Amino acid sequence: MKNISKLFDSKRLEITIDRLCQQIIENHKEIENFILIGLQPRGVYFLDRIKAKLEKSLKNKVLTGYLDTTFYRDDIKSKTVPEVRETKIPDSIDGKDVVIVDDVLFTGRTVRSAMEGIINFGRPRKIELLVLIDRNYSREIPIEPTYCGIKLNTITSDRVEVNLIEQGFKEDSITIKSNSND
Amino acid sequence: MINLKSKDLLGTKDLSLEEINLIFETTKKFKEVLARPIKKVPTLRHLTVANIFFENSTRTKLSFELAQKRLSADIINFSSSVSSVKKGESLLDTINNILVMKVDMIVMRHPNPGAPHFVGNNVKIPVINAGDGTNEHPTQALLDSYSIIEKLGEIKNKKITIIGDISHSRVAISNIHLLRRLGAKIMLCGPSTLIPKYINEMGVLVKNDIREALEWCDVANVLRIQLERQNEKYFPSLREYSQYFGINKKLLDSINKDIIIMHPGPINRGVEISSDVADSSKSIILDQVENGVAVRMAVMYLLSFYNPK
Repeated sequence: MKNISKLFDSKRLEITIDRLCQQIIENHKEIENFILIGLQPRGVYFLDRIKAKLEKSLKNKVLTGYLDTTFYRDDIKSKTVPEVRETKIPDSIDGKDVVIVDDVLFTGRTVRSAMEGIINFGRPRKIELLVLIDRNYSREIPIEPTYCGIKLNTITSDRVEVNLIEQGFKEDSITIKSNSND
Repeated sequence: MINLKSKDLLGTKDLSLEEINLIFETTKKFKEVLARPIKKVPTLRHLTVANIFFENSTRTKLSFELAQKRLSADIINFSSSVSSVKKGESLLDTINNILVMKVDMIVMRHPNPGAPHFVGNNVKIPVINAGDGTNEHPTQALLDSYSIIEKLGEIKNKKITIIGDISHSRVAISNIHLLRRLGAKIMLCGPSTLIPKYINEMGVLVKNDIREALEWCDVANVLRIQLERQNEKYFPSLREYSQYFGINKKLLDSINKDIIIMHPGPINRGVEISSDVADSSKSIILDQVENGVAVRMAVMYLLSFYNPK
């Protein structure tokens, strides 16, 4: 039997994004030396929300970019051609503090490929990772988030579904679908 | 997401509109990669590509090689002039000897039309035609069309004139197939002796007057006279050819129209095109060369998804 539990609705999501933004501000004193990079596709939606919140709080522009990790992945030998989305990174990220933004941290392979992609644009001073959901016990690569919305104990067959207004849904809804009876 | 239907890229004739768009969309992504500070991605690090050239090439070979390096593929280069082909080895024997070295993809140029098709039918790995005699040169046509789209936004209903030695040009044939599929209107212009007799059955217009052809078109793709493929005289002299069919600034200025000038290279300056046209702001010849690397990256990337099982 499938169990579906809701993790986030719009209200809860906003509260969590608020907290994540405060943590970023706490950690980064020089906001001009700081850049958020969203991972295509859904990390970019979170990036936009975080950018808006940060700019409101700081009353300053926040530098952002987005990255498609397809060309850096280690599972490129799949049978079908993956869709490659746009990558746009500001001219130089040399010496900058980069925060990678994504929706779900699962095996860690996407973030690994993202780091490889990012260092092709320059040598950041530091790379941090922000995720909304960290799926515990699923890591295949030793990568941990710096900022995390919620930590979940999941098994591989569980599915986290992220439906956002930006994707055309009526309201934000992030759910976990589990096949177990627990 | 769709994939290319065929194992090989042997020509543009059988490419569907969906496949062409996939190649162009992927090219756009690789052009962005080529603008990065580090232009290399590890995407094809699991592949070894053999560049097998039985005929001279500068641009195409360099372009393929650079594309392979940008994609992190391993490369072996084979040139017939310094190989055992000179000692009498057959084409298939040469290919099979290269294949046992665990090659995953072949890029091939050959003076005989159909040679890459023959190899493609006899090997299980993807084969890309980098020019087979007077037959096809698909990646050149793809980069030509990509460059036109980049400049004009689209190709549908645009008027393209291909000028020069059509009879001996694989670039012309591949361009005609591709441009027709993309909805362009095509005119061929050159001496009657260098235009194949039944070519209008391919749905193209033919003119022998360069001025009329230029007045009609949005884009002029100027071809080289392929003296190496001509074993008889098709026109009295290069000087006369240049007078009747050469494009120069004076001629272009006398036509009150903005025409984009293209040339697949190598250019014979002063014969089919003058320097002041080739180097003018109307020319996108160097854009073609630049786009060639990205187009070839896209083609090799897409064909790498072919699974022999």
